[in-house]
Amino acid sequence: MGKISLEVNGRKVEKEAPDNTLLSTFLREHLQLTGTHIGCDTSQCGACVVHVDGNSLKSCTALAADVNGSKVTTIEGLETNGKMHPMQEAFKKLHGLQCGFCTPGMVMSAIDLLQKNKKPSDTEIRDWLEGNICRCTGYQNIVAAVKEAATKM
Amino acid sequence: MKDFNYHSAKDSKEASKLASSSSAFLAGGMTTIPSMKLGLATYKDLIDIKNIKKLSGIKVSGKSVTIGAATKHVEVSNSKDVKKAIPSLSSLAEGIGDPQVRNRGTIGGSIANNDPSADYPSACIALNAIIHTNERKIEAAKFFKGMFETALKKGELIEAIEFQIPEKSSYQKHPNPASRYAIVGVYVAKHKGDINVAVTGAKSCVYNDKEMSKALSGNFSSSSIDGMDLDSSEMNSDMHASADFRASLVVTQAKKAVDAC
Repeated sequence: MGKISLEVNGRKVEKEAPDNTLLSTFLREHLQLTGTHIGCDTSQCGACVVHVDGNSLKSCTALAADVNGSKVTTIEGLETNGKMHPMQEAFKKLHGLQCGFCTPGMVMSAIDLLQKNKKPSDTEIRDWLEGNICRCTGYQNIVAAVKEAATKM
Repeated sequence: MKDFNYHSAKDSKEASKLASSSSAFLAGGMTTIPSMKLGLATYKDLIDIKNIKKLSGIKVSGKSVTIGAATKHVEVSNSKDVKKAIPSLSSLAEGIGDPQVRNRGTIGGSIANNDPSADYPSACIALNAIIHTNERKIEAAKFFKGMFETALKKGELIEAIEFQIPEKSSYQKHPNPASRYAIVGVYVAKHKGDINVAVTGAKSCVYNDKEMSKALSGNFSSSSIDGMDLDSSEMNSDMHASADFRASLVVTQAKKAVDAC
């Protein structure tokens, strides 16, 4: 057991958790932030992507202990005053989702892309989303949504 | 995942002091954590070495590029110094896994794990690397011992990897479309005195293909190895590629690498 102190979506949290607690488990089960999804649980599908200190990572493959002291942003932390983030808006507008299971990870990953590359090409978007799998195979609209968001962010 | 004790070490000395027969060092965790989750590995203690400052960073001198063991793939691929000194090394780093893996995974972790399909071991062989540990310096040619096996002793920690800057080099891989691990990857490097053709993904461990380097030292052109019939008896055969297909891929990727040099 150890104390995990994080700033999650701007809120300071401090909780005791066993050392083998994954960041995804900590977010979902200790903080009830279930927007972060667990798809494959083997770091392939990317449904669990969150930001830690500004960079995207797969929360199912990081220990809560090993990001102790960091700032974490999850899908729940994107809205401001009830208004969706431009990336969320773009996914909604262009129907960048079908079942929606992969969407939190897609959105978090795509935001990290635009932080690093403001005007990505289609190829750069597809390359970046390498680690995010959509089981509905709705990639066309996902790529279109990321391009749309790039004009708004 | 079975429970363990998590420790964060301040320096190499503390890390190796904490090490035991049932411990592992934790850097990016990109292999360690999935292996533990799948029950393929269990440890009593995980010793996090990410916070040891001395283990991160890139230094370029006239002859070599030295990369700290806990340096992340994204740092290697983004480094202007690496891009200038050894462009093939920076593009290798850019081709590992996906952005999230590159944001966490480290060079030392990749080498210590010695996955038969990992990219970095081929760079170590091709670029005559010297592996600096907290105890000694090991030549890459003596470091990779077999499938997931290295010359590292229990508690021995990789601190940095020193790559020799070649005259020309290129790394080409045929990736598994899902994992981006190499089905076959070939790193060709032409140094002043020697040519290395390091192959990953084809056999149980990375190796230097002497037959191809010999052919290339006569004439450094892809035509020198065109149509070469490599012995496939020790090559891996699985659902992704048969041994014969891998043997043919090694030649194809080697030719591509020579052409790209």
